[in-house]
Amino acid sequence: MTPLVVALGAAVGAPLRFLAGHWLDGRFPWGTLLVNVVGSFLLGLLSARSVDGDVMALLGTGVCGGFTTYSAFAVKAHELGARTGSTYAAATVLGALAACVLGFALG
Amino acid sequence: MRPAPPWRLVAAVAVGGAVGAVLRWSVGEVAPDGSGFPFGTLAINLLGSFALALLPALDAVRRSRLLTVGLGPGLLGGFTTLSATSEQARVLLADDRVLVAASYLLVTLGACVAGVALAHRWSSPAAQRVFEAAEGNE
Repeated sequence: MTPLVVALGAAVGAPLRFLAGHWLDGRFPWGTLLVNVVGSFLLGLLSARSVDGDVMALLGTGVCGGFTTYSAFAVKAHELGARTGSTYAAATVLGALAACVLGFALG
Repeated sequence: MRPAPPWRLVAAVAVGGAVGAVLRWSVGEVAPDGSGFPFGTLAINLLGSFALALLPALDAVRRSRLLTVGLGPGLLGGFTTLSATSEQARVLLADDRVLVAASYLLVTLGACVAGVALAHRWSSPAAQRVFEAAEGNE
């Protein structure tokens, strides 16, 4: 049952990320930055509410995990070059962590 | 605003993402991260980042938009995760393990970008641009 709900959640989260990238990523990957920050906020919120079991598998592992991405983030950070890439990497890692802390505090 | 991508591409991302997320979940079942340094999630993100940067080297992928988005934003986007990484760092910080949290975030970032740089050696910048333009990196 659990793998099925993980798959279901990611089947929603991953296409939402793809659409955000399609419409918001330009010279600077604002879309990918946004999904990683928003997904981390939501996971912090779920964690504060002590969501677990299949609900966490669906919303946390599935939706948030499928919505956020490290692979696209790492490739874009590399392709943007040293200067812009560092700014993008710092904004993503620190922004996502701050959002996760905020989500947990509000949850 | 750009027109929406064809629905079959969005569907390919959904299917690939579902498979990738289940693979990620399976790794967590076999080797749970526990309360220390989250090696499992680090390994997932490193492997996924390396594999994404390797895709432009494959002719079959560059020839097919469906494969490009099904494997890139789909399979590997669903396999890797930044939300779990943030949540793990948040928990480490809440436990006053500041050094472990900081080293986890830095090691993950450094390893994944280094993995990308290594994998890109198997393809030309032109091939990488084709892959990027086909939205393989979303």
